[in-house]
Amino acid sequence: MKKIIIVGNGMVGYKFCEKFVAQEHSKNFEITVFGEEPRPAYDRVHLSEFFENQDAKALEMAPAEWYKENGVTLVVGERVSDIDRNNKTIATSKDRGFSYDYLVLATGSSAFVPPIKGVEKEGVFVYRTIEDLEDMLAYAAKIKAKKPNARGAILGGGLLGLEAGKAVMDMGLEPHIVEFASKLMPRQLDSRSSQVLQLKLESIGLNIHLSKATNQILGNGAITGMEFGEDDALDVDMLVISAGIRPRDELGKTSGLEMGARGGIVVDNRMRTSDKNIFAIGEVALYNQMIYGLVAPGYDMATIAVNQILGEDSMMAENIDMSTKLKLIGVDVASFGEPFMPASKGHSVIFENKTQHLYKRINVSLDGKKLLGGILIGDATDYNMLHQVYLNEMAIPEDAAQLILPASDGGSSFGSVLDLPDTAQVCSCESLSKGEICCSITEDGCNNLSEVISKTKATTGCGGCKPMVVDLVNETLKSLGKEVKDTVCEHFNYNRQELYDLVKINKVADYDEALNLFGDGHGCEICKPVFASIFATITMETANRQPGIQDTNDRFLANIQRNGTYSVVPRVPGGEITPQQLIVLGEVAKKYNLYTKITGGQRIDLFGAQVHELPLIWKDLIDAGFESGHAYGKSLRTVKSCVGSTWCRYGMHESVTFAIDIEKRYRGLRSPHKFKGGVSGCIRECAEARGKDFGLIAVEGGWNLYVCGNGGATPKHAVLFAEQLDDDTAIKYLDRFLMYYIRTAGPLVRTAPWLDKLEGGIDYLRQVVIEDSLGIAEDLENEMKGLIGKYECEWKQAIESPEILKRFKHFVNSDDTDENIEFVPMRGQKMPKPW
Amino acid sequence: MENILEQYKSVSNTDVKTWFKVGVISDFPENSGACIKYKTKQIAVFNFTRTGKWYASQNLCPHKMEMVISLGMIGNKEDVPKVACPLHKKNFSLEDGSNLAGEDYKIAVYPVKIENENVYIGFND
Ligand SMILES: Cc1cc2nc3c(=O)[nH]c(=O)nc-3n(C[C@H](O)[C@H](O)[C@H](O)COP(=O)(O)OP(=O)(O)OC[C@H]3O[C@@H](n4cnc5c(N)ncnc54)[C@H](O)[C@@H]3O)c2cc1C
Ligand code: SF4
Ligand code: FES
Repeated sequence: MKKIIIVGNGMVGYKFCEKFVAQEHSKNFEITVFGEEPRPAYDRVHLSEFFENQDAKALEMAPAEWYKENGVTLVVGERVSDIDRNNKTIATSKDRGFSYDYLVLATGSSAFVPPIKGVEKEGVFVYRTIEDLEDMLAYAAKIKAKKPNARGAILGGGLLGLEAGKAVMDMGLEPHIVEFASKLMPRQLDSRSSQVLQLKLESIGLNIHLSKATNQILGNGAITGMEFGEDDALDVDMLVISAGIRPRDELGKTSGLEMGARGGIVVDNRMRTSDKNIFAIGEVALYNQMIYGLVAPGYDMATIAVNQILGEDSMMAENIDMSTKLKLIGVDVASFGEPFMPASKGHSVIFENKTQHLYKRINVSLDGKKLLGGILIGDATDYNMLHQVYLNEMAIPEDAAQLILPASDGGSSFGSVLDLPDTAQVCSCESLSKGEICCSITEDGCNNLSEVISKTKATTGCGGCKPMVVDLVNETLKSLGKEVKDTVCEHFNYNRQELYDLVKINKVADYDEALNLFGDGHGCEICKPVFASIFATITMETANRQPGIQDTNDRFLANIQRNGTYSVVPRVPGGEITPQQLIVLGEVAKKYNLYTKITGGQRIDLFGAQVHELPLIWKDLIDAGFESGHAYGKSLRTVKSCVGSTWCRYGMHESVTFAIDIEKRYRGLRSPHKFKGGVSGCIRECAEARGKDFGLIAVEGGWNLYVCGNGGATPKHAVLFAEQLDDDTAIKYLDRFLMYYIRTAGPLVRTAPWLDKLEGGIDYLRQVVIEDSLGIAEDLENEMKGLIGKYECEWKQAIESPEILKRFKHFVNSDDTDENIEFVPMRGQKMPKPW
Repeated sequence: MENILEQYKSVSNTDVKTWFKVGVISDFPENSGACIKYKTKQIAVFNFTRTGKWYASQNLCPHKMEMVISLGMIGNKEDVPKVACPLHKKNFSLEDGSNLAGEDYKIAVYPVKIENENVYIGFND
């Protein structure tokens, strides 16, 4: 058996293993991979997602078991410290020795830290590993606690620096980007596009400082600022350095492999280093005198090295495609081919609209027949298509401007994606051509996007090709005469609105009957809750009638939390609560040792209850006059209020009273997604009503009604719907609006995206709700009244029914409780024990 | 943490040494799951009333190591009966425990036998 040792378990090192074990002859080799990081390889490209959920496992390329199952010995947390090329052995940081027949260096790169005085100070970070991110998060939390308006700076305004800038902003720090060059993304953008990008970034809150050479990091121990010139400095509390990468080529140097003048281990087009038994791939390899800071070339290199070792010949392409698209949420930036180009090589067509932060440039060959490259800022929807036209040297329209000018008829200036040649590479991470993707449908029988993805692995790398893959799948299905429809799931060939109508018209009794009448198979976690919501909004049945089709939260009438315990939230309408009620909540929390926290919706959340405790807790709460807060349901959450004219010297109307009325009116009402309301006593808007699905703001002469806003990941202000309404009219419009939303929205679509998709938008909504253009207003109102009249507290139902109570038990065959639930103390309360 | 996962290994009908009685049919909710205890193990039992079939698996979700699988919603993907973990909706086949999205997580499954309204689960210890 020949031995292969891979040094480095990063994205490329992992890809080598994946490609290798997939080969027939791999069985004749013994593979060992060493990684210096404490965990198996993870998706560095999507590193920033770690900020959202801190879920390191979700980023894993493959779990540790994968290596075991595929006969790969994985050693993590151990660095390879030396290579003895004569004896073909390596040594590790734990002083262990191993011999090899082939050695594959996939040691990647590290962040380049420029030699600036003071970079060693506390609070200065790089952005490369999960540990870096953990340290940044901890530090940011620490400084924010001391200084709520703390600032975070990024050194470097390149692709990665901008991504880091967004991350710093999301951490709640005031973000500052400091760039040495006179423009952002100097390697990919020309100065005009960089200016447009700058405007756009500034409009979302990033501060940009160009042409700044940092000569010192200030601070005593911890960073307090950056100094540029004599009188030019910026106060900052944290700094992320993103000034480029340096290959981790130490092993090449010490073992005497041929190296590039500025680092990197030299390889030929077969990934061979100057030693025939040693290969280098990924960001450590210097190919064509370049280090490519992208995964796709690294993956190609991995494939080539695999082939070499297995005795198959293949070669790396001469020209490496460096086109990129920025992953920053909310800002489209892309460049491909030759983004800027001397006038001697071709002509440029430029479209710029600074008011909308739009810039598009394409470079066309002198004969006007070929696309050479381009830049897109503000709207990169055409990136994939333009990129393909460029890569495949496809013919372009005589008037090249059509490629980037906003099409007057709203259509695209391109033909269909199906016009691409079969060889066009669509997913570069997985090296998949258009032909291969279409083939998975036409030959291998895939019937939808998810089947195509699990068959081909397309989109599972950087994800940039997703829009194009979606188009390809849809178009190919259509060309085969298969219908593409936004159906709920494989069990029902209808969308939610159609199912709503079917259930209503046919007076369907329950989910089982719906499956028998219009469905197929036995349902799933997607269609069941959709029906639960439909039944609830037609008959106002509670989650107790058909527990089997409820989402887990609804089934247990509580929110399941991280460690399998639940949280309990009683309703506190309008956020108004008596001292006595507060005492009861405190007493109950003490009695069952629950963690308590005030929620954003002005109520109190009690965490850490085990399933068998839920009915006991609710018995106490209901006895004290509380009712379910439906925090677990896709239903009305809260109507937040400010104290309004009752107490506030600015108040115009009684916002609390109105909020309580409204919250009581719609309590328990199930809908396509959760929905929230707010009522403010004047335009100072202390209740943040415009961040809600519906908001009322008191003005001279009545209430202004706003609809379709939300907070969360994609915040949206509610839009003004009607002005100066009296109480009754406001309620009338609300009834109609909500009922119309409930009838027509797709599953899990909140009001804002629903409005986005509604043809005719807010004007159309006004016509339906206010002018009754569809003649359904009375219907909507009556339906809503019917539902409101049937409200019942489902927790009261539960504690009064022995049959329902059977559900609240961890084991069927034992009264024991789940012993795996463990808590640790935290600030005088408790929290789930972290893993 | 690893060792709580270690104790769950799929058991096939032919390997069964003990048929452990976990209750009667009416103890188990229709078309959903419930959890039982066997020695130190937590086992999720699923009653597919629609097809009259029963399945059992470890209650531990291998993704975040939480005892939650029995709380997940059940159904089918094509011909495969499945459960979706309530925490992140990872789908597992109840026939062989594999992850239906082709990920490397999998769960151990156990045979279920119904005799005279009694529900038994098969273990090999
Ligand atoms: C925040 C961020 C965003 C990015 N976004 C994109 C993007 O959108 N598109 C794109 O194409 N690319 C992107 N990249 C770049 C991409 O991540 C890299 O191209 C890719 O990770 C390179 O893979 P690699 O395996 O060569 O190196 P790495 O992923 O760095 O892996 C090398 C591994 O080897 C280990 N190692 C080093 N020396 C030793 C030793 N002596 N012994 C044992 N182990 C060792 C290291 O610890 C490391 O784990 C991004 C990078 C970052 C940091
Ligand atoms: S919104 Fe107006 S009325 Fe309400 S608390 Fe603020 S200032 Fe007072
Ligand atoms: S814990 Fe089960 S899917 Fe994440």
